[in-house]
Amino acid sequence: MKTSNLMKGAALGALLASAAAIVPAAAQETIYFSNNAYRTGPFSGSGIPIGDGMRDYITMINERDGGVNGVKIVYEECETGYDTKKSIECYEQVKSKTIVYSPWSTGATLAAIPRAHVDKLPILSMAYGLSASADGTNFPWVFIPPLTYWDGASLMVKHMAAELGGLDKLKGKKLGLIHLDAPFGKEPIPVLESLAKKYGFELKLYPVAAADMQNQGSLWLSIRRDRPDFLYNQGWGAMNPTAVKEAVKNNFPISKLVGVWWAGGDDDARAGGPEAKGYKSLNFNAAGQNFPVIQDILKFVVEKGKSTTPKEKVGENLYNRGVYNSMLVVEAIRTAQKLTGKKVINPEDMRRGLESLNVDEARLKEIGMAGFASPVKISCADHSGHHKAYVAEWDGTKWTQKGEWIEPMKDEVRPLIEANAKDYVEKAGNWPKRAESCEKSS
Amino acid sequence: MLYREAGQYKSNYASDMAVFPLREDRIGLGVMLAIALVAIPFLGNDFFIASVMIPFLVFSLAAIGLNILTGYTGLISLGTAAFMGVGAYSCYKLTTFFPHVNIIVLILVSGLFSAGIGVLFGLPSLRIKGFYLAVATLAAQFFLQWAFVRVPWLFNYNASGAIEVPQRTLFGLPITGAAATAETRYFVCLGLVVVMTWFASNLVHGRLGRSWMAVRDMDIAAELMGIKLLNAKLGAFAVSSYFAGVAGAMMIFFWYGGGEAADVFSIRLSFNILFMVIIGGLGSLIGSFFGAAFLSVLPTALKFGLPALGVPLTGATAEHVTFMLVGALIILFLIVEPHGLARLWQIGKQKLRTWPFPY
Repeated sequence: MKTSNLMKGAALGALLASAAAIVPAAAQETIYFSNNAYRTGPFSGSGIPIGDGMRDYITMINERDGGVNGVKIVYEECETGYDTKKSIECYEQVKSKTIVYSPWSTGATLAAIPRAHVDKLPILSMAYGLSASADGTNFPWVFIPPLTYWDGASLMVKHMAAELGGLDKLKGKKLGLIHLDAPFGKEPIPVLESLAKKYGFELKLYPVAAADMQNQGSLWLSIRRDRPDFLYNQGWGAMNPTAVKEAVKNNFPISKLVGVWWAGGDDDARAGGPEAKGYKSLNFNAAGQNFPVIQDILKFVVEKGKSTTPKEKVGENLYNRGVYNSMLVVEAIRTAQKLTGKKVINPEDMRRGLESLNVDEARLKEIGMAGFASPVKISCADHSGHHKAYVAEWDGTKWTQKGEWIEPMKDEVRPLIEANAKDYVEKAGNWPKRAESCEKSS
Repeated sequence: MLYREAGQYKSNYASDMAVFPLREDRIGLGVMLAIALVAIPFLGNDFFIASVMIPFLVFSLAAIGLNILTGYTGLISLGTAAFMGVGAYSCYKLTTFFPHVNIIVLILVSGLFSAGIGVLFGLPSLRIKGFYLAVATLAAQFFLQWAFVRVPWLFNYNASGAIEVPQRTLFGLPITGAAATAETRYFVCLGLVVVMTWFASNLVHGRLGRSWMAVRDMDIAAELMGIKLLNAKLGAFAVSSYFAGVAGAMMIFFWYGGGEAADVFSIRLSFNILFMVIIGGLGSLIGSFFGAAFLSVLPTALKFGLPALGVPLTGATAEHVTFMLVGALIILFLIVEPHGLARLWQIGKQKLRTWPFPY
C-alpha cells in the first residue's frame, strides 16, 4: 500500500517535472498569422486552392527552416464563406492577435480599411481590394502588391496593342468588358474609359449581376451582336467557367477572351472543354510544379501528409497564387525582423516590414522562386509597386506563360490612384493623417 | 411559486389593460434592461459587443419591422433587405448633404424614405394576397438592389462603389466611423432599439395595431366592420419599412462601418429576416428578439464559442458544423412548437404560474 502510494507520488512528481519541462517549449516564441479563408459557399471552388497554397507554404517554412529566423508561424484560418458579415467577425476576432490581416475579398477589404487605421493593423490585400490604397501616404496600413486592378486594365490594353501590332492600331477597335456587377467588377472601368478615349478604341460593358453568374445567355447574345475584337473578363467564382463555356458555345474566338488574374483558375478554364484551349488570363505568378519552392512543399508538406491538397492539385494556378501570398507575408516578417532587430514582431513592425519589402531576382532565386514571379518592391509612397505581369494561356490541360512579363502603364494609373485616394480621404472626414515615419531605405 | 398573479388586484382600467399586467413581468423587463445596459458593456469584451450584440440589436429591429407586416397584418414580404438598403443609402446621402445634423436624427429620418418606398411597393397588396404578394415584394428586392449598384449618385460616385461611413459624433464622442468604440456604438443601438420597440408595442396595442390584426384574421370582415383596408395595409407597409430602414441604416453605420452595401442587402438577408420572424413567432415582439438571437447570435457563438471552450473546431469544419447544428435546431423547434419561440416562452410562463402544483 505504502509503496504504491510512493510510486504514485513519484509518478506524479515525474509528470509535474515533465510538464514543467514542456511549458518552456510550449511557450516558444511564435508569430501568429490568421488568414481569411473560404472553403465553404459559392466561391469555395477558388477559395480552397488559395487557402491550401497559403497554408502549405507556411507549413513548409515551419517544417524546413523551423520558422522565420527560428520563430515559428502559428497559422490559423478564419472561415468567411466569402461573406462580408463573417469577414468582419473574423477581423474583430483576430485584430488583437494577428500580425497582418489578410481579407481575401474586396468587400472585406473595404470594410476593414477604416478600422485598420485605428487599430493599427496592416492589411495585405494582394492584387485585390481598393486600388486607391496603393497610395501609401494616405493609406499607411494597407498594402496591395504586386499590382492593382487598374494596372490589370492597362495591361489588357497593352496586350491588345501587342496582338494588333502597336498602340496606334487600337483606333476603331472594340473592347468588351464582362464584369461582375459589383464594386470588384466595376474596378477597371475608369481606367479603360480613359484609355479608350486616349487611344480611340470603343469600350462596351457587359455587366453580370451576382445572381446571374451562371446564366449569361442574354449577355452573350449582345456580345454576338456587337462583335467586340477583344473581351476582358473581370469575374470571380462561378462566373468565370460560365463565361468560358458561353464563349465556346457562341463561337467567340477564345484566344481573344482574356481574364483578370482571378479568372485564371484551372477549373475556370477546364469548364470550356477542349475548345477552351487558347483562353487567356493575366497572371503574376507561374503555374506548375517545376520550381524548387513547390518541390519543397511537396517534399516537406504534401508527402508527409500535412496538407489537405491532393498531390496533382499542387502547382495549379490559384494554389501557386496562395503560395505567392504567403511568400509575401514571410518575406515581410523577415524584413521586419531585420529592421527592428526583434525576433517576435508585432503588427507595427510588420507594417514597417511590408513597407520596406524588397524581393529582388537574387532573393527570388534564394527562396526557390526564380521565374515564379517578378521582383516586388514596396515603398513608403507606393504600396503596390505596379509590378509586371504576363498573359497566361490555357493549353487544354494547364496554364502556360505566353509572351513576356509586361509592365503596366504606371504613368496612366498612378495619377488616377492619387486623385482617388485624395477623394476617399476627403469623403471619409477625420481621416487620420499619416503619422508613421518612412524607413530610410525606402 | 415566485411567478404568479395572486394578490395583485387591478383597481382601474389602465392597470387592467397594461402590456405587462404582472409585477413579476415588469421586474423581469427591468432586469433584462439592466443586463443590457450595465452587465453586457462592462463584462463583455470588444468582440462580443461588436460581433454578437450589435448584429443582434440590428436584426431584432429589422425582425420587428417585418413582424408588423407579416405577423400582425398577415402580408408576406420578401423585400425587407431592400427596404433596409433604402434606409442605409438615404442615411448616407443625408449625412453627405447635412454633415452637421446629428447622425441619430438622420438615421431616424432615413427611415421615412424607406417608408415611402415601402408604401409604393405595398400598393399591390390591396389587390393580391399570399404568395402572389410575396412575388410582388420580390420585385422590390430585385429592383432596389439593382438600383443600389447602378445609380452611382447613391454612393456618391465612389470608384469603389462602396459606402464610406464618415465619423460623426454625439456629445463630442465619435459614434460612427472607425474611431467609435464598440461600447459607444452598442449604447446608441440599444437606445434606438429600446425606444423603437416601445413605440412598436404601443402601435400594435393601439387602434392601428388592432386594425392590422383584424385585416390579418379576415380582411372582408374587417372591411365590413369599417376598417379601411387601404389605410391599414399601406400603414403596415409604411411602419414596417420604417423599422427596416432604420435597421438598415444602423447596420451600415454602427455595425459594418461602410463597404459594399449593395451586396449586403441581398435576397439572402430578406429570407434570413423572414426566418427570424417565423422561428421567433409571428405576431409577437419578444419573438422578434428570440428569432434574431437564434439566427444571428447562435451561429457566431457556435463558430467562435466552441473553439474557445476547447472544442477543437477551426475554420471550415466549424462553419460546416454550425450550418448543420443551426439547421437541425430550426427543424427541431419548428416540430416542437410551430408557433415559434415566443409561444414556447408563453407556455413556459404559463407553466411557471401553476408551479409546483399544476392543475
